[in-house]
Amino acid sequence: MTPQSKILDQENIRRAMMRIAHEIVEKNKGTDSLCLIGIRTRGAILAERLKECIKTVEGKAVPVGILDITLYRDDLSVVAQQPVVHETLIDFDLTGKKVILVDDVLYTGRTIRAALDALIDLGRPASIQLAVLIDRGHRELPIRADYVGKNIPTSLDENVKVILSESDSTEDEVMVKKAGA
Amino acid sequence: MTLLIKNAIIVNADKLHSKPQDILLEKGKIAKIAASIPEGSHKIVDAKNKLVFPGLIDLHVHLRQPGREDKETVETGTRSAAKGGFTSIFCMPNTTPVIDNAMIVEAIINEAKRVGLVNVYPVGAITRGQMGKELTDMAELKAAGCKALSDDGKCVESSQVMRLALEYSKMIELLLIQHCQDHTLTAGGVMNEGYHSMVLGLKGDPGIAETVIVARDIELAHYLKTKVHLAHMSLKRSVELIRFAKSQGIQVTAEACPHHFTLTDEAVKGFDTSTKVNPPLRSPEDVAAIREGLKDGTIDCIVTDHAPHTKEDKETGFDNAPFGMIGLETSVGLTMTELVHKKVLTLEQMADRMSAAPARVGGLATKGKIAEGLDADITIIDPEREWEVRVEDFWSKSKNSPFVGRKLKGRVEVTICGGKVTYQA
Amino acid sequence: MEWKRRDLLDLQSLDKEEIELILETAKSFRQVSTRDVKKVPALRGKTVALLFYEASTRTRVSFELAAKRLSADVVNIASSSSSSTKGESILDTALNLEAMNVDMIVVRHYSSGVPYVLSKNLKAAIINAGDGCREHPTQGLLDIFTVQEKLGSVKGRNITIVGDVLHSRVARSNIFGFKKLGANVTVCGPSTLMPRCVKELGVEVSYDLEASMKKSDCVIVLRLQKERQQEVFLPSLREYARLFGLSQSKLDKASKDLLIMHPGPTNRGVEIGADVADGCQSVILEQVTNGLAIRMAVLYLLLGTKELQ
Repeated sequence: MTPQSKILDQENIRRAMMRIAHEIVEKNKGTDSLCLIGIRTRGAILAERLKECIKTVEGKAVPVGILDITLYRDDLSVVAQQPVVHETLIDFDLTGKKVILVDDVLYTGRTIRAALDALIDLGRPASIQLAVLIDRGHRELPIRADYVGKNIPTSLDENVKVILSESDSTEDEVMVKKAGA
Repeated sequence: MTLLIKNAIIVNADKLHSKPQDILLEKGKIAKIAASIPEGSHKIVDAKNKLVFPGLIDLHVHLRQPGREDKETVETGTRSAAKGGFTSIFCMPNTTPVIDNAMIVEAIINEAKRVGLVNVYPVGAITRGQMGKELTDMAELKAAGCKALSDDGKCVESSQVMRLALEYSKMIELLLIQHCQDHTLTAGGVMNEGYHSMVLGLKGDPGIAETVIVARDIELAHYLKTKVHLAHMSLKRSVELIRFAKSQGIQVTAEACPHHFTLTDEAVKGFDTSTKVNPPLRSPEDVAAIREGLKDGTIDCIVTDHAPHTKEDKETGFDNAPFGMIGLETSVGLTMTELVHKKVLTLEQMADRMSAAPARVGGLATKGKIAEGLDADITIIDPEREWEVRVEDFWSKSKNSPFVGRKLKGRVEVTICGGKVTYQA
Repeated sequence: MEWKRRDLLDLQSLDKEEIELILETAKSFRQVSTRDVKKVPALRGKTVALLFYEASTRTRVSFELAAKRLSADVVNIASSSSSSTKGESILDTALNLEAMNVDMIVVRHYSSGVPYVLSKNLKAAIINAGDGCREHPTQGLLDIFTVQEKLGSVKGRNITIVGDVLHSRVARSNIFGFKKLGANVTVCGPSTLMPRCVKELGVEVSYDLEASMKKSDCVIVLRLQKERQQEVFLPSLREYARLFGLSQSKLDKASKDLLIMHPGPTNRGVEIGADVADGCQSVILEQVTNGLAIRMAVLYLLLGTKELQ
C-alpha cells in the first residue's frame, strides 16, 4: 500500500450511509422508538446525516443526540493532559428507546465501551445497536458493529482518517496512511 | 599570653591606615602598634590582604537563655557571634523569666565568661516582667553589669511610664533602648501594610506604629533633656524624625538591622516565615532611607536583632509564626555587600557603625577602636572573599534566615576577643 | 489551550486563557448534576482529601459532591478531628495524607499562604478552598461563571463588590478574576474596611453604594463578619446596614436587570435584605449550583496534570 491512500470518496460515503439507513429501518421494522446518538465529534456528524437518510427512506425524523464520552474514557489516568470535556446534548429520555450509537471508525472498541457506560448512566434503553462508517479491525474488547459502511483491513501502524465536510471544511473522504507518513 | 597580628591594614572609624602595621596583643589589651614588630615567641596571625577592624559590637541580640534553650543558648549564641566577627554583644531581656533582676544578669554574665568567646552585656528590662507598669530596680541591674535597659520585644507604651523610666535612668546614668511600636496600631499585623500585605491577605503593620513612638520618645527626650536609643529603625519617616531631632540637639541615637537595609516586603511573597520579622520588612523607599540614614550618621549603629527560632515554631502558617530572624553570621557579609561595596558606606564608616558607635552608645569606653591601651578585641575581614549563606554553615542553634542561598562578598576571617582567637575561618 | 498547572492556589497567577478553560470545562460538567445518575467515572480510583481548618459547610459539601460525582474517593479531615489539636503541623498532616497516596488535597485554612506552602512541599495537587484573607479561587471562578451565564459576557461589564474588602478573600479572587476577563471592578465599603493600597489593584473605590449600583451590571455582596464591630472597624451593624446593606429600597432605585450575588452564608438584614436575597434579581442559589460545576471542572483538570510537575 502506498503511504497514503484514499479508501472512500464523497460518493462512497453517501452511499454507505444510505445503505446503513436502509438496514436500520429494516432490522428495526420502521422507526418507532428509534433514536440516533452520535459520539463526538465525527460520530455526531454522521448521526445527523443518518437522520436525513432515514427521513428519505421512511419519511420520518428520528431524534438525534450527541454523546461526549471523555469522562468515561479508560485512559484518563494515563494521558498526560486531561482531554477537553464537551457537553453531552441529549434532550430526550433514553429509557425504552432503541438507540443507534454512531461513530466514524471502530477500532479497539474502547470508545464504544465508554459510550455504552455513558448511555446506561443516562437511562435504560431497550437496546443499543452500533453503526460505524469504517471498521478497521484490531479489537481489544468483545464489541462488534451492527452496521458497517466499509470493512478496511489495516495494520497497527496505519492511521485511518475520516474527513467530513462539516468538521473539516473540505470534501468528504476516508484516508489510510502509515503512521508518520 | 601574647598574640601578634602581622601586616594589618587597620580600619578605625576615624582613620583607614594605608600602610600595613603589626599589632601586639598582651594581657587582653592592645600593647603596641608599630610598622614592624619582631615575631619573637608570639602566636602569629597574618592579616595580609585583609582588613583589621576593632572588634564588632552588636547592641541587639536575643540569646534566648534562660527559657528557650531549644532556640539558642549563651554558648551557641556567642559561638555564632564570634563567627560573625562580634566581640561584644548586648542580649535582650525578653527571656523566660525576663531579665529584670540582678540574679539573672549575673547568671548570664557568668555563663558567658565560662564559654569565654564574646563579652556579653545583658540588657535589663525597663519594667518588671516587661509588663509596662512598674519600673525595675535599675540601679541594682546596673550594679550587676547592665549597660542598658530595654523592654525589647515590647514597647513601653504608656507615655507616663516611659517618662518616669527616662527620668530615673538619667539619674543613674543608664541608657534606655526603646522598641518603638504602638501595639494598638500594629493590631495583629504580621508584615508591612501595603500592596504586598493586601494581595497576600496578611494583616498589615502600618509604619505609623513605629513612627508615633519615635516621635513621642524624641519629645520625651527633649523635654527631659536625656538620652534615648531607638532600636531597629525600619522607616524613612523614622529616619527623618531622628534627623530632625539630632539637628535640634536632642540626645537621640538609633540603630538599624541588615535586613532592613537589604530586603523589602516583597520578600514575603513566598510566605517564607523567615521573612517574618518585627518591625517588618518595608518598602524600597524605606530601604533607601535606612541606607541614607546610616551613611549620614542619622542612624548610629548597625545591629542584628538576632532572633533565633526553632524550625517547629517557624514551620506554621505565616500568621502564627513568631517574629524574628537570625543575623549574627550574616551581618558583616550583608554590610560589606550592600553598603561598602555599593559605596554607601566607607570602610571607616563601617568601623564606626559596627564598632565605634555601638561602643559609644553602649558606654564601652575601652572598646570600639584599635589603639594602644584599649581592649584587644579585633575582627579581621577579607573584603573580597565571596561566599554563599548556607543553612548547614550556621553555628547558631536556629537556622531562620531569609538570606540562605544568597551570595555575599566580604567575610569574617578571624575574631579575637580579649587577645584570644575566638573564631578562625 | 491545555491545562498545565498542578495546583489551583489563586486567581492572581492564572492568565485569562486558563480561567476561560475552567469556565468552558465547567459548562460540560453542569449537565452531570442534572441527570438521574449524577456520577461519571472520570476520577475513578483517585483520592481527594478535604482538609478544612476553618468552619465551612457550603464549600466543603460542594467539593465533596464534586469529587464524588467524578467517582473519586473522598476523605474529610476537619481541624477539630485531626491531629492539629495534638500540635501536629498542617504540613505534617498533609505529608501523612500524601504518604497514603492521596492524589489531591483541598485545603481551607485561616492562615493566608498555607496552600502555597503545601504546594511547595507536596507532590499531591493542592486546591485552595480559601486561605485567610488571601484568596478563594473557586468562589471567584463560580462568580465569574454566573455573571458570564447570566449576562452573556464578562468583558466590559461593571461589577461592584460591596463590604469588608479588607478581610475578604472572595473580594481578592473576584477582583483578580474579573479584571483579567476585562470587567470594570468597583469596590465599595466603609473606609475602615478598605485596604490602604486597594487602588493599586486597578479598581475604583466608592463609598456610595446606591451610586455604584446605578452604574453596575452586577453587585457582589460580601459577608460581614459580625466581630468587626467589636474590633471597632464599624460603629454598629445598624450603621453598616444603613450605608452598605443592600436593602430593597436601594435595589428599587437601581436597574431591574442588576444581578445580585452573595458568596453565602448571608447575614440577612445586615449586608443584604431578606427580600433582596430571595428576590428575582438574586442569583445566590444559582451560584451554589455553578460552584459544583466549577469544582468538578477544577478537580478534573488538575488531576490530569498531576504526573507532569
